[in-house]
Amino acid sequence: MAKILLEMRNITKTFPGVKALDNVNFQVEEGEIHALVGENGAGKSTLMNVLSGIYPYGTYEGDIVYNGNVCKFNTIKDSEKLGIVIIHQELALVPEMTIGENMYLGNERGHKFAIDWNKTYSEADKYLKMVGLSESSKTLVKDIGTGKQQLVEIAKALAKQAKLLILDEPTSSLNEEDSRALLDLMLSFKKQGMTMIIISHKLNEVSYVADTITVVRDGATIETIDNSGQEPVSEERIIKGMVGREMTNRFPKRENVPIGDKMLEVTDWTVHHPLYPERKVVDGVSMYVRKGEVVGIYGLMGAGRTELAMSIFGQTYGTNISGSMKIDGKPVKIRKGADDAIRHKIAYVTEDRKGNGLVLSQSIKVNTSLAHLDAISSHTVIDGDKEYAVAEEYRDKLKIKTPTVEQLVGNLSGGNQQKVLLAKWMFAEPDIMLLDEPTRGIDVGAKYEIYCIINDLAAAGKCVVMISSELPEVLGMSDRIYIMNEGKFVGEMKAEDATQENIMALILKSGRGE
Amino acid sequence: MTMSENVKKAPGFRENLTEFMQKYKVGSFFQKYTMLIALVVVTIVFACWKGKEGLILMPPNITGLIAENAYVFVLATGMLLCILTGGNIDLSVGSVVCFSGAVGCTLMASGTNVWIAVLIMLAIGLCIGTFQGFWIAKLKVPAFIATLAGMYAFRGFTNVVMNGLRVDITNETFLNIFGSGKGSYIPDIIRNTNEGINSWFTKDNATLLKLIGENYITKFNVTCMLIGLIAVAAFILLKTRKILVQKRLGISQSIPGQIVSMVLISAVMLWFFFKLACYRGLPMVLIWIGLILGIYQYVTTKTAMGRHLYAVGGNEKATALSGVKTRNVYWFAYANIGLLAGLAGILTTARGKGIDPTYGEGYEMDAIAACFIGGASAYGGTGKVSGMIIGALLMGVINKGMIIIGVDANFQKVVKGIVLLLAVMFDVLSKRQKR
Repeated sequence: MAKILLEMRNITKTFPGVKALDNVNFQVEEGEIHALVGENGAGKSTLMNVLSGIYPYGTYEGDIVYNGNVCKFNTIKDSEKLGIVIIHQELALVPEMTIGENMYLGNERGHKFAIDWNKTYSEADKYLKMVGLSESSKTLVKDIGTGKQQLVEIAKALAKQAKLLILDEPTSSLNEEDSRALLDLMLSFKKQGMTMIIISHKLNEVSYVADTITVVRDGATIETIDNSGQEPVSEERIIKGMVGREMTNRFPKRENVPIGDKMLEVTDWTVHHPLYPERKVVDGVSMYVRKGEVVGIYGLMGAGRTELAMSIFGQTYGTNISGSMKIDGKPVKIRKGADDAIRHKIAYVTEDRKGNGLVLSQSIKVNTSLAHLDAISSHTVIDGDKEYAVAEEYRDKLKIKTPTVEQLVGNLSGGNQQKVLLAKWMFAEPDIMLLDEPTRGIDVGAKYEIYCIINDLAAAGKCVVMISSELPEVLGMSDRIYIMNEGKFVGEMKAEDATQENIMALILKSGRGE
Repeated sequence: MTMSENVKKAPGFRENLTEFMQKYKVGSFFQKYTMLIALVVVTIVFACWKGKEGLILMPPNITGLIAENAYVFVLATGMLLCILTGGNIDLSVGSVVCFSGAVGCTLMASGTNVWIAVLIMLAIGLCIGTFQGFWIAKLKVPAFIATLAGMYAFRGFTNVVMNGLRVDITNETFLNIFGSGKGSYIPDIIRNTNEGINSWFTKDNATLLKLIGENYITKFNVTCMLIGLIAVAAFILLKTRKILVQKRLGISQSIPGQIVSMVLISAVMLWFFFKLACYRGLPMVLIWIGLILGIYQYVTTKTAMGRHLYAVGGNEKATALSGVKTRNVYWFAYANIGLLAGLAGILTTARGKGIDPTYGEGYEMDAIAACFIGGASAYGGTGKVSGMIIGALLMGVINKGMIIIGVDANFQKVVKGIVLLLAVMFDVLSKRQKR
């Protein structure tokens, strides 16, 4: 039996109103690759942030025992000193700096008052060789691809004398070839005695590389599976642990809503990345939505769902968009800009309500009317009374909890903010509503109310596209489901045929390129 | 654990104070009216200064305060719209003031019609603003850089136009309408035409003598006072209507609080017009300032463009996704400040009775300071015309007060700097509390 390198005992971490981690126990043996799997929001990243000191000692309950000692990390520097290094999902490199400068950023080589550049670059080259990257350390980071950038991140971690390396979704932005190379690199590190934790959605990769798999669900560790045997653990076995939650009456029924003609139809829709135009973010997608229908689009993060919706919504994302679109049976060409999409009666309710959706420094009233000011003004002069009446109407309709519609949106809870966002787009009177993660980060009660609003919209004959990475929600709310992975639609199912297992299996199958 | 429980059981003085502050919203009152309170305090301090008691409140000083700061009000109005879009500023306005003034003065000196010259000055400002706005909005050059370039270039153009020499204006019409000399006041039509009323204002009329004081009674401007009374009546009428509408719609605003503020504002307005009437009457510049402030108060609060300015500054991405052409909003803000810089050029040259190549230097900074002191956020999205007015007045009172009590001219800028720093610090701190 190998030595236990890391043990996290009874970790509980509470955010205002939410228990993100509930009494989690987690053990990592020396020299193994340990995988942490679970749905989005299950608590994997929170657990790793506790471990690396991003959430300092005292903000959580429980103990971290590393190498036999109880550790109290106050900053990320404290954990790095002991060799615990985390590589985040989003690459944290400065594009305008060289590889060498990036690797020693905040950890500069040389004296107090002068950086020793010769030492920096020679040491950097040494670590680059270890990760199998043939670039010179004087190359600018912006000049190398994402696969190589991921390797630079690993070299940077090695330069910090890492003993326990944590990789959070290391392959999420890599193609098949680069991913495989990275996993093999991990296996070679293991041979040299390095301990690693990998967080990943791609279960095929997990079963390929990991010795042990811990499943996290709803802020608790569910089970730990041994994967060191001859036969790798089957993906179905892991999925069962990930999704095995009971489904009670969390979704209101939608009854007798007649489904009409096709309202929105896109064919062969392809969108390229705005910064790397050679990359296809959405690849040849064809879909349709009928009046009164709720269509779910399920996929993991980074599958291209948001990009698809935003490119339909007045090309507000992406470049080189191709494909054809029909609204109500007539071919349309929407010009660039949200205004033209709104004119075509499309609404896009963003997943990022604080970043892209609401003006937090303004009132509920101002936010409600923002996308449709014409309706309450004449000759561009706003009728204040009418605006107030509209805001009041939607406050009642959506049950927004606030003393007055003059309240600043920044002071509302997440659920109420989401309702204001919905109010804004309902007031814009669209026929087609693209809802992107409409229940992200809000509590169960508010979720139920949002589901009721979605049902009302469908009953009013609107067509609703609901993008979500919560499988139960997609299953519970949709009439029809499209499954998306890596920019492509990999399946379409009627709600009654869909189960969590067969959707997951579709995604995993397509991920392996079969 | 037990410690904190004990504290909960026996609330100390601190808890009581906090509770009191929350109940009567003391914190938010101070937060909302800090600069107004500062203005009142500063005025009182200067008014009570030993040896100079009440000097700052003398009618000539009140009129002077308005006339000297006319350019600040006009430029700060334009600057406020730029700052709203996200803390962007326009550094070129000082140079644009001087350039448009230089062209206008040169034209008038060579005999061009006054009104044509005035229109050309406004057009120059608008063109420059539109041009800079194009760089900022369409080519996405940072506003700071684009207007810094304009600041150098138009100062240079001024020197080219004027050959580095002063140009004088002799045209009486121009000076009377836009200037602040003896002729630039609304004449007392009532006393000039009505002998009956005119005869009241002698030192023999005991009631009026007591009311107005013997220094001013013979010159008291009845027309100005009447305009003041009409303005106050209109204000009360509009405010009452607003309160009634709010009551009907059930907007929960404190009605007694609003009535108190209405009475106070009316009183200040009456006092202000009384002071003006005691000196020479209603100055023409005040009419221009009032017109500009009124128009932009309306634009920022009632129109779609005003709403877009706030929304872009609050969250540009969300605004763009709501179908607003955000680039046009930037363009509007910069074209607009150019136009107002043209107007400020007219007021400045009329006040100076001509143009010097150095006119307008530092004006941009005065305008920026007035906005930030008046509560505009350095990050954009918040700020009001009314706040900006208070900011401009505060700077003006401090300037004037320091001159009256004889502070060293070199030190005056130090004080201005400190006031600006404190005001912005307050803005940042009050934002941090909310998070």
